[in-house]
Order: sequence, then C-alpha cells, then structure tokens
Amino acid sequence: MNTELFGIISIFIVTIVLAIPLGKYIAKVYLGDKTFFDPIFNPIEKFIFKISGINSTEEMNWKQHLKTLLSVNMVWFFLCFFILLFQGSLFLNPDNNPSMSPDLAFNTAISFLVNCNLQHYSGETGLSYLSQIFLMFLQFVSAGVGMAAAAMVFTAMKERTTDKLGNFYNYFIKSCTRILLPLSAVVAVVLLFSGTPMTFEGKDAITTLQGDQVEVSRGPAAAFIAIKHIGTNGGGFFGVNSAHPLENPTYFTNAVELWAQLIIPFAMIFALGFYLKKTKFAYVVFGVMTVGFLLLVIPTVISEINGNPAIEKMGIAQTTGSMEGKEVRFGPAISGFWSIATTVISTGSVNSMHDSSMPVSGTMELLAMMVNAFYGGCGVGFLNFYIFIILAVFISGLMVGRTPEFLGKKIEAREVKIAAFIAILHPLLILSGTALASYFAANNTAMGYWFSGNATGWLNNPGHHGFSEMLYEFTSSAANNGSGFEGLGDNNPFWNITTGIVLLLSRFIPIIGPLAIAGLLANKKYIPESAGTLKTDTTIFGVMVFAVIAIIAALSFFPALALGPLAEYFTLK
Amino acid sequence: MKNIFSIVKFTLLIVVLFAVIYPLAVYGIAQFAPNQGKGETISVNGKVVGYQKIGQKFDQSNYFWGRPSAVDYNAAGSGGSNKGASNKEYLALVQKRIDTFLIVHPYLKKSEIPAEMVTASGSGLDPNISPEGALIQVKRVAKERKLAEAKVKALVESKINTPKIMGTPTVNVLELNVALDQLK
Repeated sequence: MNTELFGIISIFIVTIVLAIPLGKYIAKVYLGDKTFFDPIFNPIEKFIFKISGINSTEEMNWKQHLKTLLSVNMVWFFLCFFILLFQGSLFLNPDNNPSMSPDLAFNTAISFLVNCNLQHYSGETGLSYLSQIFLMFLQFVSAGVGMAAAAMVFTAMKERTTDKLGNFYNYFIKSCTRILLPLSAVVAVVLLFSGTPMTFEGKDAITTLQGDQVEVSRGPAAAFIAIKHIGTNGGGFFGVNSAHPLENPTYFTNAVELWAQLIIPFAMIFALGFYLKKTKFAYVVFGVMTVGFLLLVIPTVISEINGNPAIEKMGIAQTTGSMEGKEVRFGPAISGFWSIATTVISTGSVNSMHDSSMPVSGTMELLAMMVNAFYGGCGVGFLNFYIFIILAVFISGLMVGRTPEFLGKKIEAREVKIAAFIAILHPLLILSGTALASYFAANNTAMGYWFSGNATGWLNNPGHHGFSEMLYEFTSSAANNGSGFEGLGDNNPFWNITTGIVLLLSRFIPIIGPLAIAGLLANKKYIPESAGTLKTDTTIFGVMVFAVIAIIAALSFFPALALGPLAEYFTLK
Repeated sequence: MKNIFSIVKFTLLIVVLFAVIYPLAVYGIAQFAPNQGKGETISVNGKVVGYQKIGQKFDQSNYFWGRPSAVDYNAAGSGGSNKGASNKEYLALVQKRIDTFLIVHPYLKKSEIPAEMVTASGSGLDPNISPEGALIQVKRVAKERKLAEAKVKALVESKINTPKIMGTPTVNVLELNVALDQLK
C-alpha cells in the first residue's frame, strides 16, 4: 500500500517540478524567442506556408483569429467524416473492419475534432489503421488549436492597447511542432520499449497454453497513445483505452502516461506567468487549481482503497481496495488518482472502468468535469478558468466598491455578459441533455430510428447508477472529456447525434467567449495600477475565484449529483 | 474561396508531417524494440503460446487461474463488466464466484480470497493476479499435478514481482503456468 501511495505522490510532484521549465520554454515559443528546435522546424514551416500561400507573420485581431480557427476546423471535419464513412474500402485495413454508419462517423469526427474523443466504437473492430492514423492527426491539431487560442489570450493580456494579437497559424504550428511533437516522440519511444506495439500487421491468431483459439489485436498504437496523452485528447487505440495491457503495459508506463497528460496543462499556467512576467499571478492560479484538484482526488483515492462495502459484507479480502474494472498492475489507489486526473484535465483516457468506480469516486469524476477549470485541457483549460477570473473580478469589484479591473483593463457589462453566458452554457447543455435522455428512460419510450428498442435498453445498470450513466455521458461531452460510464449503449443515432451537438457547442462557444473578452479588453485603454486597483495576484483573490467556481458548480449540479451517485452512495452504506 | 483552398493545402501538408512522417519515424524506431514492436510473445518449444502482456483464460484445474473476464479473454476485443457497485445482479454474480471458488478450493477460508479473483478486470485481458491470489491456488494445483506443495509454492514465489519503490506486487499468470508445465 505504501508503494502505491508513494507512486501517486511522486508522480504528482515530479510533474509539477518539470512543468516549470516547460512553462518557461512554452512562453519562449509564443514570444518568438529562439529555441532548440528552430533549425529543424523553421525551414519545414516556411515550406508549408509558402506552398499553401499563407502569411504567418501578419498580425490578426480577435475576429480574424476566430474566423481562421473555425475555418480550419470545418475543413478537418469534412475530411475526417469522409474517411470514417468509407474506411472499409480504403487502404490500411488489414482486419477488414467495416465503414462507419453516418451518425457514428458524425459523432467520431466531431469528438476528435473538438479534443474530446468520446468514442462510441471500439478501436479493435470499429476503425481501420488509416482511420486510427487520421484520428491521430486530429489529436495533434485539436490540441494545437486549443493552445493557439490560449496563446492569443496571453497576448491580449499584455499591458498595452492594441487589436493586433499575433497570427493564428503561427501560434498553431508552433504549438504543434515545438511542443506537442517532440514530447509525443519521447513518450512514444518509452512506450515502445515497454511493450506497446507499433506495427501495421493485423490481428494475430494464436492457440493459448491450455488450447483455446483466440485472436490478439495489435496496430500502430505507440505513436497514437503518446499524442493522446500529450494533447489531452484521451481517445484510446484499443476499446478499453489505457486499461488495455498493450496500451498501458506496466506501472511505469502508467506513470509516464499520467505525467504526459498532466504536463502541458500544468506548464501552460506557468507559461502564462513567464509570458506576462507575472509569475505571482500564475502561482495563485495554479494554487487555486491544485486545491480544487486535491479536494477531488483525496476522497476518490480513499474510497477506492476502502473498497466496495457490499463486497466487504461477503467476507472476502479487499486488501488493495475495489477491484471491479481495475487492473492488478495498477491497483485501486493510482486508478482512483488517474480517474480524477483524466476528468479534471479534459483527457478522458481511462485505466479503469469508471462505470464500476465507487459512488464517491463517481461523484468526484463528475464534479471534475462539471467544474472543468482545474488545470483543464491543452490550452482550453486556462480559457475556462479565464471566464471564472472575469466573474470573480466583477463580483469582488462590486463587493468592495472598486471598479472591476483586470490587468489594467476595465471590465464592463459586455465582457461580464459574455462570461456569464459561457458559465451558464455548461450546466445548461449537461442538464438539458440528461433531462431529455432520462425522460425517455423513465417512460421507457420506444425510440424508433433513434435506438433499437425501448429507451431503458441503453442502460447497463438499474436505478440511481443508470441515471449516473446518462448524466456522465452528457457531462463528458460538454466538458470535451471523452471518458464514459461505458456500460451505456451509446452507439446509436440518439446518443451519437445528441452528444455530437453538445460536443460542438461546448467546444467552440467556450473558445469564442474568452477570445472575444480578451480581444475586447486588449482594445481598451490601459490604466496603470493604483491604490484603488483590486490586486489579482493575492491569496484573497484566489479564494474569491475558488468561491465563484464552487458556487456555480454546486448550485447548478448538486441536484443532479444527489439523484445519481450520491443516492447510490447512501443505498450502499 | 481562395482562403479555403489554402487551408486545404495547409491541411494536406501537415497531415504529411503528423500522420505520415511522425508515425513512420516511430515505426522505424520500433524495429529496435522488443519483437520489432509487434508485441512481446512467449514461446514453448518454438511455438507461440501467447502474448506476455495479454492475459489468457485458464479454467482447467491443473493450471493457475486468472481473473474473471467480461470478454472471456479474447483479445480480438477488450472490455470490462461496467457494472455499478450497487447493482444487485452484479453482486449476486460476485457471490456466486466466491461460492464456486470455495467449492474448488475447499481448504480456504472466505477471508483468504483476494477481491481480484472474483471481480472482472477493466480490460478483460488482465495478465496478472496478486501474489495472494496465486498462493491460495497452490494446494489445488499441486494435488492435481501430483507435485510437492513446497515445490509449487517455491515456483510461485519465484514469479512474484515485488515493486521496489512504487507500484503493486503482481504475478503474471501465463508466465507462471508456462513455468509450471516445465516443473518436474
């Protein structure tokens, strides 16, 4: 047990320590300073921009940033959609897996485009290697888009008045080539030598030791799994994601994969500090996020170690904790830690089945995605937090009777309206989606085209836990997370289309909002700090932001949590 | 329109960078990895009997058993049970597994059965069990194979991976059974 807890603590601390120099490096990349990789990538990038006729040095305002961001995403969506729709007859398909149905292709293309990776299919049977590799491409670029958006917001937060906020293509390509690609390559090599396959051969048929005939799925997994974590995408190569023994072969690879998903979200916060030369502000932000993270992680690890009370009553030995849906090589302790890391950050890869988590852990996993701002995904994590900062500045400004100012810019009605809209959108999408699905499940409606059979058929568990399955699916979609209570029968038009719509709205609107606010603020007159300024790099302000987050999350989501995992917790006692 | 055209060109070029050059580079390095990145296999007398990392079904009484699996250990796919902790049907199934385990191992007390032997793994392909999970099967396996109990126990102990600093203690069931077959 001690070796397990020591494992968790050391992974967490090592990641924080390494995130500081990486943050410094990321700040350098966005500031345009010289970096180690320039000699390799500068000529490649120049070539790419020259051929495609893109000027990567022209400064854009926030609207141009947005327009470019949305147009590239649209092109990628159609490309991906058609590959998935016709994968069965395209090349690199040694297992002869079939093409996707249109609704599944729609859901999959969107979910990889928006960095969610919801995956209503299983990798072994649902995708050709060509599709796997193309989805891997989306894992790079969707993370790059999130980071480019964050970089624009960083630029806008500088102390000056301007509408020139850098170039989207420049931020985007640099995020991909200078940050995501080198880190992924390192992780891929570590995985390779720990036993993860990287082959283009199909399934292998073998006769087992006691004489059964089985097949073993393989594929070009190592390259895929590296960027899946570095880019906080989370889409697994194999069906069960990082619980699969080839996707995550050892305790060591588990530690590396944890590190890989945490490192960029951590580093982005420090990068902000170095970029603006306001390291104290960055530490306050990081502190608030860490407190939130620990408040979620500690109860989860404890409840997983304590095991299932219902199984405890049967009189067997739950020495390490709850083992349903867990792998022996990881154990319940670090599986609990992972389940929060992956939901706090929008990774959504799993190394244990969340559907079988203890009710307390399920509550915490859901809460992590409902808040969606502690660390958060590549780039977008900070954008979500930015909304809460704006709200906190506004509210605390009103409380102490000072003009709400943030980094020398006045926050006025327009910015607060946008921030409030974004903050409300998240619960609105989650709760209305869950309400719709629950309505059908409660009435056991015959779903016709939308689902073969009656609505309760999509539940894998009865009662409160069944409700949690539906709540989790919409929460995961709205948080662009991608993990699931996987018992839910979600590969059908109802779930593919409803979650697809939620995915689109909850990716792009929370990017548009912060970009707009930051763009509007950057254009305003800069007011130097005075005695009347509300300081944003203090602990008190940190507490204020935390309170805003807690109140919004608690008020909007407590009733839903009470119906699902909390009710289950009390019935298990 | 001209804009979209440049985005398409831009996309195709970065596809080459991230979806062709990057995976091919990793594939190149894989040629130096164990079994050239095709997954490590275990062979007996030159015949592949399994993948080292992938669990197999063992239900014959002369072998050590692994964990229950939601996909019956067919690694063409993967999957957990996804049963919730309070699901009555699921709890009844666990109870049934405990009862069966006790019938086959009549010398055991209930409290000696570790949880992983009666619960399904996340992947359905878990290659490991805990050292306790292996040790409680020693008596049955030794009896079935007409071997000295001490000898089988020593074999199990030699196959326990104890973590030095961090991790969990494990026993790889396939490796254990391969070694068991060679035990005279």
